Amino acid sequence: MEVPFHLPAGSTSLRRVHNKATMSSGATGAVQPADEPPTEARPTVITAENLTKTYGDVAAVDGISFSVPAGESFGLLGPNGAGKSTTMKMIGGVTRRTSGALHIMGLDPDSHGPEVRAHLGVVPQQDNLDEELRVRDNLLVYGRYFGLPMSYLKPKADELLEFAQLTDKAKSKVDALSGGMKRRLTIARSLINEPRILLLDEPTTGLDPQARHILWDRLFRLKEQGVTLILTTHYMDEAEQLCDRLIVVDKGRIMAEGSPAQLIREHSTREVVELRFGSERNTTIASELQGIGERLEVLPDRVLIYAHDGESALEQVASRGLRPLTSLVRRSSLEDVFLRLTGRSLVD
Amino acid sequence: MTDGTAREALRAHSPDIAAARARRWGAFYYAEQVLRVMKGYGWSIIMYSVGHPVAYLFAMGVGLATLVDAQGAEAFGGVGYVTFVGPALLVSASVMTATNEFTFPVMDGFKWRRTYYGPHASPLTPQQIAAGHIMAVTLRLLLQSAVYFAAVVLFGAAPGGWGWATILVATLAGLSFGLPLMAYSASITEDKGQFALVMRFIVMPLFLFSGTFFPLDSLPLAVRWVGWISPIWHGTELGRVFSYGYQQPPLLTVLHAVVLVALAVLGWFLTRRQFAARMGK
Repeated sequence: MEVPFHLPAGSTSLRRVHNKATMSSGATGAVQPADEPPTEARPTVITAENLTKTYGDVAAVDGISFSVPAGESFGLLGPNGAGKSTTMKMIGGVTRRTSGALHIMGLDPDSHGPEVRAHLGVVPQQDNLDEELRVRDNLLVYGRYFGLPMSYLKPKADELLEFAQLTDKAKSKVDALSGGMKRRLTIARSLINEPRILLLDEPTTGLDPQARHILWDRLFRLKEQGVTLILTTHYMDEAEQLCDRLIVVDKGRIMAEGSPAQLIREHSTREVVELRFGSERNTTIASELQGIGERLEVLPDRVLIYAHDGESALEQVASRGLRPLTSLVRRSSLEDVFLRLTGRSLVD
Repeated sequence: MTDGTAREALRAHSPDIAAARARRWGAFYYAEQVLRVMKGYGWSIIMYSVGHPVAYLFAMGVGLATLVDAQGAEAFGGVGYVTFVGPALLVSASVMTATNEFTFPVMDGFKWRRTYYGPHASPLTPQQIAAGHIMAVTLRLLLQSAVYFAAVVLFGAAPGGWGWATILVATLAGLSFGLPLMAYSASITEDKGQFALVMRFIVMPLFLFSGTFFPLDSLPLAVRWVGWISPIWHGTELGRVFSYGYQQPPLLTVLHAVVLVALAVLGWFLTRRQFAARMGK
């Protein structure tokens, strides 16, 4: 059953066309270039200008600016400690900014916290469901925080449980749910007030592939209904699936901004050739690969050749008499862009 | 009802209305949540509320009182022992419950299960979350003290006409000890067994040396100060005034009330500040 969220359709047809292009790009999940959807007609729901948050001497968010039109699915990508969650908390009106300007639905969250939060649905990074209450009661109680009457909340809770595929768990204790179920319940809870803007902080981290795909499906439905999604994620495939536009954040600053297709066009090549010569030989053989493709990257376990035509690059490798143990030609992905912009070193 | 009408009935009100209602009633909304959680362990609360006074009053009234009363009632202001300890036990039980409700659940809200952060993302403010928690616990203290008082009456230990006021005194005493403790609980970022130390080295000494089982005057002057700073002593003394007309200078009676209110107000102020600081980082 479809859930009637009564949200304006906006320009969802454009969003759907765009995402079909994104999702139909082959088994690798890589992205086909797609035209950017027009955004002028839609009102802006979030604007951030030179947004900054410092903790002592450390700038968690260091002067970032962006705006999000209604109905857009907007992603924040970045390694750990990049400032994504802090940005989300400032948008969510639960953390005060140090400087800069921020408006959600035209309201400043620092001075109009309750009014801003009344517009939002929030899925935090860590589940904070009330484990001492039963599943359905979590929805009812949360709805009360918005002053919603029980006459609305009871049928709405049932509807959202169905949406989240948790109807048969309505009377269960929360701690009896799996991680995926808890996540779906958290999403259902965030929708109890029919928010126009949904903030999702790493919504699928720690979930198995089945649970992730169910969540993606649910988020995609909301997107189709015109809900503005603001999403942080570590998963590039998730960003490609769900985001119309995203910013790559590192050390509190925006490194790049655009649609997934745009970012790939601007920061990577169309295809990537992955060659494995064995860990011992990758570095030494790299010098013999110079001149093939646009760019070469040597990793401990493999060599990557960034090229517009991967097959042709692979032929050139063979023509130089080099015989890799394995070779793979794939489409360039957002992950290539991400790693290029934020580096490959481990961030704890 | 047609499908369309049913859907119409399922429309949430606007964010403006949600925010206005939350600004006005937010603390009540959170209190409702805490009460729903309490309902989950309602039987434990009922058993404690009934079992605790019955056990203590039986032990004191039937057991210890027979020995103590045989020595004469002069030491206890001319009343029987169970009448003397009745208000003290009532106040102490309230303080014990407040200690439980303002320690572990606060830590649960901020750290263990982070239950405060769910409502924090809603239109509620941190101060309303704190207020809602306090309101729910206050209701529990009131109900528990009412049950306790009923037991005191059944044991014939509240001869005065104003005995019922000990319910309010006990609740106030619970808040005067519990709210400063709540502010402390809200400041703890790492659990190192602080609450066990609070129970052993603060609550228990206060319980034992606050004129609960014997008049404070019978203690050496060196340890009498424990009673003077104790909300249990101030609550107990005030409770005795209402319960059986315990004679003391009126100014002292006022002082007991002022101390209890002042501690509760101070605790409330510190708790609000701590909640806002911790949740607004």
